[in-house]
Amino acid sequence: MSTTVAQPVDEVKSTPWSGGRSPFEVEYGKMMMWFFLLSDAFTFSSLLISYGALRFSAPVWPAPSLVFQSFPGLIEHGAPLVFVGLMTFILIMSSVTMVLAVEAGHRNSKKEVVWWMIATVVGGLMFLSCQALEWNHLHSEGFWWGHIPNKETMQEFFKGGVPLSQQAMSSHQFANLFFTITGFHGFHVFSGVIINIIITVNVLLGTYERRGSYLMVEKVGLYWHFVDLVWVFVFTFFYLV
Amino acid sequence: MSAETTDVHAEHGEHETMTKGRIWKVFFILLLITCVEFFIALVVAPKFGISSTIVNPIYIVLTLLKAYFIVAFFMHLKFEKVGLALAIIVPILFIIGLILVLTNESHYWIDLRG
Repeated sequence: MSTTVAQPVDEVKSTPWSGGRSPFEVEYGKMMMWFFLLSDAFTFSSLLISYGALRFSAPVWPAPSLVFQSFPGLIEHGAPLVFVGLMTFILIMSSVTMVLAVEAGHRNSKKEVVWWMIATVVGGLMFLSCQALEWNHLHSEGFWWGHIPNKETMQEFFKGGVPLSQQAMSSHQFANLFFTITGFHGFHVFSGVIINIIITVNVLLGTYERRGSYLMVEKVGLYWHFVDLVWVFVFTFFYLV
Repeated sequence: MSAETTDVHAEHGEHETMTKGRIWKVFFILLLITCVEFFIALVVAPKFGISSTIVNPIYIVLTLLKAYFIVAFFMHLKFEKVGLALAIIVPILFIIGLILVLTNESHYWIDLRG
């Protein structure tokens, strides 16, 4: 006769999904930030995919290496990708200072968090200034929502001999999509800078020190990295492809 | 407020975090991938006259690689619970559906115009 008993019916289960605790083991606000970013990823991907669909269906398209070949204020022609390369570098760099702020937050080092947060805000402002220059440059060439350059200027943006009617159509689509998508991204960067400033002020006031954790820095960090992530895609699909 | 603080403390003990060394390593990987993209766009493609049908998929693969490094390490998703990672990544896969539908549709638009 066996004395071993089978699993008792009333044994308390301790697996992550058996209730009584958070299965994801993240704080509520951080999880919600993730879900917000997921929804934002859908918004950006629908914008980028519409851009892709319109571009695929157009017989011609302005060549990125001809449209984006100036470094505003320094080089007028023949420097494709240089300016946007700088913008990409600035944004990746500010993402790094953001993780460094989060890392300093884990060590509860208020002073370091403040410095890295300030560096992140400065990076964001630098990116926005670069984007303002870029927009201003394209605007001075004649591109804007619903506006395209005159015939002579437009000719320069296409490789090979393309009929003028086709040039006008795809230039219109290009202008609308470029300003809408980089504008929507720029608006995210702008909101991110504002949020980062608010968090920096809170850190300075000692709000998170009293709370005992710098989790808020981590949450805005998620948003900031997402903005960087979107730029990686915008960069590829507008400037490289 | 108190609920948040207790959660955080419970969380911190067992989590693997990003060290400074690791952060800079990821940064250099991202920088390197971007430099490779520039190198292809400015030097390799014009010199050998490689068509965009070959270069574009390379750009897309490199972009997805960059996205992986940002999400996994900067956004820390690699060190979160598998459940959370799946809750974020699986819905993203639905985007592939939209890409397939709209690329297909855009080929039809070309035919309409032609």
